[in-house]
Amino acid sequence: MEESLGATGLVLNEPLLWEQGRKGRSGFSLPVPDVDSSPLDEKLAGEGPDFPDLSEVDVVRHFTRLSQWNFGVDSGMYPLGSCTMKYNPKTNERQASLRGLSAAHPLLPVDLSQGVLRMMFDLERYLAEITGLSAVTLQPAAGAHGELTGMMIVRAFHKNAGSARSKILIPDTAHGTNPASAALCGFTPVPVKSDEQGVLSPENVAAVMDEATAGIMVTNPNTLGLFEEHIREIAHIVHAGGGLVYVDGANMNAVMGVASMGDMGVDVMHLNLHKTFSTPHGGGGPGAGPVCVRQDLEPFLPVPRVVKEGKKFILSQDFPKSIGKLHAFYGNIGVIVRAYSYILSMGNELKKASQLAVLNANYVRKRLAGVFHLPYDRPCMHECVFSDKIQEQYKVTTLDMAKRLMDYGFHPPTIYFPLVVHGAIMIEPTESESKETLDLFVEACKAIAEEAKGDPSLLFEAPTRPKARRMNETEAARRPCLAG
Amino acid sequence: MRYFPHTEEDIREMLQEIGLNSLDDLFAAIPKDCRLERELDLPSPLTEWELNAHMDALAEDMAVSPAYKVFLGAGSYNHFIPEVARQLLLRGEFYTAYTPYQPEISQGTLQAIYEYQTLTSRLLGMDVANASMYDGASALAEALLMAIRVTKRKRVAVSRLVHPLYRRVVQTYLTAPGYEVVELPFLENGTTDLSGIDDLEECAAVAIQSPNFFGCIEDLEHQGRVVHSDPNTLFVTVFTEPLAYGLLKSPGALGADVACGEGQSLGIPQSFGGPGLGMFAARQKFVRSMPGRLVGRTTDRNGKRGFVLTLATREQHIRRERATSNICSNHGLCALAATMYMACVGGTGIRDLAQLNHDKAEYLKNGLRNVGATVPFATPTFNEFVVRFGAGLEKAHAGLLEKKIVAGLPVFPFLPELPDHYLLCVTETNTRQDMDALIKEVGSWKNL
Repeated sequence: MEESLGATGLVLNEPLLWEQGRKGRSGFSLPVPDVDSSPLDEKLAGEGPDFPDLSEVDVVRHFTRLSQWNFGVDSGMYPLGSCTMKYNPKTNERQASLRGLSAAHPLLPVDLSQGVLRMMFDLERYLAEITGLSAVTLQPAAGAHGELTGMMIVRAFHKNAGSARSKILIPDTAHGTNPASAALCGFTPVPVKSDEQGVLSPENVAAVMDEATAGIMVTNPNTLGLFEEHIREIAHIVHAGGGLVYVDGANMNAVMGVASMGDMGVDVMHLNLHKTFSTPHGGGGPGAGPVCVRQDLEPFLPVPRVVKEGKKFILSQDFPKSIGKLHAFYGNIGVIVRAYSYILSMGNELKKASQLAVLNANYVRKRLAGVFHLPYDRPCMHECVFSDKIQEQYKVTTLDMAKRLMDYGFHPPTIYFPLVVHGAIMIEPTESESKETLDLFVEACKAIAEEAKGDPSLLFEAPTRPKARRMNETEAARRPCLAG
Repeated sequence: MRYFPHTEEDIREMLQEIGLNSLDDLFAAIPKDCRLERELDLPSPLTEWELNAHMDALAEDMAVSPAYKVFLGAGSYNHFIPEVARQLLLRGEFYTAYTPYQPEISQGTLQAIYEYQTLTSRLLGMDVANASMYDGASALAEALLMAIRVTKRKRVAVSRLVHPLYRRVVQTYLTAPGYEVVELPFLENGTTDLSGIDDLEECAAVAIQSPNFFGCIEDLEHQGRVVHSDPNTLFVTVFTEPLAYGLLKSPGALGADVACGEGQSLGIPQSFGGPGLGMFAARQKFVRSMPGRLVGRTTDRNGKRGFVLTLATREQHIRRERATSNICSNHGLCALAATMYMACVGGTGIRDLAQLNHDKAEYLKNGLRNVGATVPFATPTFNEFVVRFGAGLEKAHAGLLEKKIVAGLPVFPFLPELPDHYLLCVTETNTRQDMDALIKEVGSWKNL
């Protein structure tokens, strides 16, 4: 490797907000009062919060310096498996900041909000087309929120049919949110083992499916990056037993325009607009987790729903079987605008996005085979999962290698997930990365594997190039200091 | 497509490396009967120019200020957002990062969240705040679920003056696992009536909003004492307008165990109701039962101060079905915006700004009263208040829309017992001139 992407440069220290400032400074342009002051009852008034007073320049420098301690997709490759860290188009930010959209009040009369309502209506149609399902709600604010919504729909479906089913089947490869969402809805999660091929077998599902089971929650493609190839048979077994099939669409980026969730026998699924549809992850949100359902489950979707009456869009509450409301208003519209802009920019190129995402993942899988252990050595979808088995002999762990990748200028992959792979390294390059970048990533991984053999101390000490070194996480949890 | 870096040659070379002939071959694992055998039926891709024109047209089909004079609050507030906050938020290192799982290269996000948690705790007078939740409604629902876990009781009491849309979200969250929500009525003065609670020892929590849905400032201190007559019942306070706490006594100072609500007012665009900022703060003793992410202070190997996600054993990725919540993210960028906003206004500024909101609302309230409108609730308000116009004036009220005045929210659809009542909001963005215009219009109505 000639020169590593990772380099060091001048990074500035920056104290906490309240460690600076001086009483009387201000970074805010306060309007000149145009009415008389009207004092509030003394018994009600407090002393005001103890915030620092800062000038505008103080605030600008503070957050600019903080931003420089961060790594984002705009900085470089961010192959965080299961999170689909693809490029977030700049034009989407422009659209979301249009005053007509960003300054709109949610309780405006519908006649005065036709622009947003039309957008919501159209986006629902597009998402239905992409998934092969019939009806969509945009209300859930995140993937986990979508899961909760989906589980409530499953519950409402059974209740409506007069049956109270209490269990949900969840494969051992599932995200932690799946059992947590099922439990939050009052269901008992029942784990199902995936087979030696890394996928669910119809036999394993049939063995646990019974009359107390409300349905199954499957991530497809699953978190090993493998397509659940028996999904139709599994759906048949679950349906025959009176259950519903829920798909966690976290990995939809692999199959847009390629596979139809509707044809697979899926009844309910959620999408992550911040993964598949390019809206920014924002350092941990806001995202959006729309839920798509087959036709006969539409009555259970959250209200209000956008309905077209003649040429006009209205917000209808008239769905008596609805599970209710999951969000104070209609969901994360600011995020929804960005996803809508992305879909309009892409059209049928969405299929190409999935093809290139899968191409990139398989390219990395092929080029790193032998460098890292591949627990499931077969073609993958949009991500590939390795382990640290080869490096075990040098006492080097997945964590050490992940930390070392930072020194080479890459965000580490997802590590130690899925739980079925010991020391998992889950790489999702997305379609945004070029062949040159992938080659550079592969070279960095190979160099690290060599270091593990020759000089593992480089890995144990890593990272050394970022502003911060490894943190004492035990101390943080033992004596929590959560506010200054 | 400009978002794809791949040339035809790249694709050929990569397929060759993998040992395949075509992109279609990559999907061999997908059985035929799961395939989509046609093209997606989506509109043709738009160029950046075309997209701009299309989105401009949608945005123009909306009523926003300054073209419209909007006196709407009720959980979404039109406050001025400094350009500083808007531009800093667009730094790619912030908005294109994800959850700070790797603290060494996420210190920007982590320190900012720690600052958010701190300023939130100070604003609300509480010990700890989490890294934020989806919105005010889900924050309240999560607070009530926490109270149910902590007390092992199955019922909660929620004031009817908690935002009606929040109450519906609470209903949805709590009904699914089989818990009970009872509603507390309100008094003639526009505040919550606690006198009917006779089974406090059955209640996991009592939730009261202040300023409440009518804009009225509740006597939280008194209510807290009533709620704590059973020391195990949690007193949960809710807000939709956090700016009020620039001026009012904080919920923590008045006895709240949990203070939660919506933070949109703090530098976040209204965006037709979302994304917002679910603020959640509690007393120290509840920290290990709290939902949501937490950032804690620690040191790195060089002994330097740093920040990490902490107390993760409460969370779904470790605890799975036994987690304190299924939430796996926060509203990070909104929390960052709020931090920037609180840093800009500062301690002096937030008080002045809150006072100005109060003063302007008083001006409109008095102005409308002077021309004959009724102010039905005598309790002091912050920047929202209810007025009652005479029966049969719905048309006149709706007619103001043609003059581009949105004169508050009809309360009737939310609380059917209150026909002819309207909830109006005034912030620093509403001018005296606009208020005078509204007062003049209302003054011209007959049968007021």
